[in-house]
Amino acid sequence: MSSFVMKTQLPAYLRDWQEIIEGHAREHGLDFFPTVFEVLPYDRINEIAAYGGFPSRYPHWRFGMEYEQLAKSHEYGLSKIYELVINNNPAIAYLLEGNSMVDQKLVMAHVLGHVDFFKNNFAFAVTNQGRDPRDGSPIRKWVDTMANHGAVVRRWSNRVGIERVEELIDVCLSLENLIDPQKPFVPPPERKGPLASLDEVLDEAAEPHLLRVDRDYMESFINPDEFVEEQRRKLVEEKERQKRFPESPRRDVLDFLLEHAPLERWEHDVLEVIRSEAYYFLPQMQTKIMNEGWASYWHSRLMTTRICDASEIVDYADRNAGVMATAPGRLNPYKLGVELYRHIEERWDKGQFGKEWEECQSWEQRRSWDRRTGLGRAKIFEVRKLYTDVTFIDEFLTEDFVVDQKLYSFGFNHRNDRWEVESRTFTDVKQRLLTQLTNAGNPIIRVVDANHGNRGELLLTHDHMGVDLRLDWAREVLRALVRLWRRPVEIHTIVEEKPTSLRFDGKEHAQRAIK
Amino acid sequence: MSLKIDQDHSRFRAIVRGKIRQNLRRYISKGELMGKQGKEVVSIPIPQIDIPRFRFADKQQGGVGQGDGDPGDPLSGGDPQPGDGQGQAGGDAGEHALEAEVTLDELAEILGEELALPEIENKGKSAIVDKKDRYVGIRNVGPNSLRHFKRTFKTALRRQIAMGNYDPKNPMVIPTRDDLRFKAWKTEEEPVANAVILYMMDVSGSMGDEQKEIVRIESFWIDTWLRKQYQGIETRFIIHDAVAREVDRDTFFRTRESGGTMISSAYKVAAKIIEDDYPPSEWNIYPFHFSDGDNWSVDDTLLCVELLKTKILPAANVFCYGQVESPYGSGQFIKDLREHFSKEERLITSEIRDRDAIVGSIRDFLGKGK
Repeated sequence: MSSFVMKTQLPAYLRDWQEIIEGHAREHGLDFFPTVFEVLPYDRINEIAAYGGFPSRYPHWRFGMEYEQLAKSHEYGLSKIYELVINNNPAIAYLLEGNSMVDQKLVMAHVLGHVDFFKNNFAFAVTNQGRDPRDGSPIRKWVDTMANHGAVVRRWSNRVGIERVEELIDVCLSLENLIDPQKPFVPPPERKGPLASLDEVLDEAAEPHLLRVDRDYMESFINPDEFVEEQRRKLVEEKERQKRFPESPRRDVLDFLLEHAPLERWEHDVLEVIRSEAYYFLPQMQTKIMNEGWASYWHSRLMTTRICDASEIVDYADRNAGVMATAPGRLNPYKLGVELYRHIEERWDKGQFGKEWEECQSWEQRRSWDRRTGLGRAKIFEVRKLYTDVTFIDEFLTEDFVVDQKLYSFGFNHRNDRWEVESRTFTDVKQRLLTQLTNAGNPIIRVVDANHGNRGELLLTHDHMGVDLRLDWAREVLRALVRLWRRPVEIHTIVEEKPTSLRFDGKEHAQRAIK
Repeated sequence: MSLKIDQDHSRFRAIVRGKIRQNLRRYISKGELMGKQGKEVVSIPIPQIDIPRFRFADKQQGGVGQGDGDPGDPLSGGDPQPGDGQGQAGGDAGEHALEAEVTLDELAEILGEELALPEIENKGKSAIVDKKDRYVGIRNVGPNSLRHFKRTFKTALRRQIAMGNYDPKNPMVIPTRDDLRFKAWKTEEEPVANAVILYMMDVSGSMGDEQKEIVRIESFWIDTWLRKQYQGIETRFIIHDAVAREVDRDTFFRTRESGGTMISSAYKVAAKIIEDDYPPSEWNIYPFHFSDGDNWSVDDTLLCVELLKTKILPAANVFCYGQVESPYGSGQFIKDLREHFSKEERLITSEIRDRDAIVGSIRDFLGKGK
């Protein structure tokens, strides 16, 4: 056991159990960061949970709000936090003081599942801060990073005043979700010098590119008028595009503002902090189902086969049932995730995959299909490494699964003024699920033009995919954007099937149809 | 121990103060709070400031759920969470909480706490008590019909183990006469229902669905609060247009009549109910009247005032009149009441403009602790 574990205040009997549980987990192939457990009273746990796991984060009223909600629901006996784990190397996890021994064991097993996931899932690689030169393990000192962020914000608060900083944080938080989930995986484009970029820009007088014609009489066949027209149009478009800035639409709106908005030094620092933390939390949002499913899979496997004795199993089952409970209109990621892993494991154990399986139409045959391939365990380990929620659902949600798990899609019926079950069809359910997981449930917004109307205004677009924006909020976000951009901001979206532009010029909001 | 969060928390409270009521109002006036009343489960309002973001309009988005139900069936239970809460920033993996349900009793307590409602003083009437038998313990003798099976066998098992003739491989437990245990009861005195709420509502043509919904929500919370304050409580319902009649709860909220309004008719019925069934010396009486404030004639209003003065107010703890704003009503009645009863503390009037005003009006009615 490494030395830092000894430094924590974990009571000896829990430390013994930690070692036992970690041993079992390793035997099963889990590969986790060293994990520090700490036992805390409920108010401390609530506090840390309110700070998103980092007690040294920057000061902001919203953490106070979170705390009030957690504290009240604890006092009223509505809910209590059992465990809290932080993606950090070493991982840090908190246990609630006064929980029964079964609960503590369950939480430890669950936490190890999470830490294995943090370490191995590819999406979390973006939270790496480099590699340790000694053993090549990833450096994730986010506890320190968050504390540094806290220090930055506190110092600026002292300098420019807490009111102004807090107001700016509110503004930045409104934009927090305007980041690009793919960005961490794409190497940043090389910066071209101004001259190079001038070289690339087409001459105003450039001619449209036509195909080579050796014989004159072929001219109208090889380069027919439509083709010439098309090429000419492309050229004009290309020229337009090159005049525009940014050249191609940008998803990472926060980054764009950092680079190009007229920010003061302190504003820049605050926005930087918000953006960096948004990217830190992103993988957790992208893998909610997978991550919770994986941790639940392992807590139930370890608890039922290795850890619990006969006197504990009923208590464990009771607790587990509470975690797995489903309610109408709510999708429990724990439940969905764990069932889907089990489904995958079973399919790969029985060889229910590949061309032959897909093409098999006989229900009877499919039902008793068992090739004894035994690949299930290996497969779920592979899945936990290479997928995020979207791809996980896209690839492994099967019709059988949807029927077995009684999944349905629901929607709001305006005629009856209530929420109703809409469909139990496989494609509908899957479609709905994928839609709501895409971009971690956020609308896709891009910066299109930083000099809109040649007036230095900012133009954004919303990639409308069937669901409108919440308009009252959208207007508030525009206000936040204007605060940073200091010029009018406009967004093009679709409202009730009509292309619409929403605009805020710093004084009033305008909404108009666009063609 | 002081926590670091205390700073952020007090900052939040400072921001919310002044805003807190609106947030609470918005939650409380949500229609679906009523839906769960039967099962005695309601969601609880907690003040919250939302940070606006580019988000999807919930009602268009829909979501995925798990469980029974055919297409077209309503989703029961609370507000669904479209989008699965996925977009919430800072969503920690591995922070998990168990949800529990709240009873109406707890809900009332929370409501009282949030609205700072005072406990109600019992008028100090001679409480009638009722005798009730309750099983509270165990004794060694009793009729066979009250034999406590489990305890009997436990005692027998204990005896057999002590005597050494219990064989775990052949677990036979035979109670003897001494092992028998019986349930014992105690007679307890329980106060019987000593408060009654009389709901009166104007169902004339000018009261629309929205107005009735407001009355429904408000009466739900009043009910919840008063039930917490009194051991047992009875409710009676009176609807009126030009004539009044007593109805059951369901009819009360559903009926829509047309025609004119004579408020005095309802007060007459209320006075009669009080006279017949609820002697003021023994009962705490709470008449609530909701209307859009349009009365037939000045004469009728004078009659109402007369009835209130002579019959209802002397008997009641407090008389509450809530005026729901409707596009048709003149809203004159509340002014008349205020004019005639400007010195009467036990007559409380409140204007309810819209759903957001419900909380304020509940505070008006119950805030005096009468």
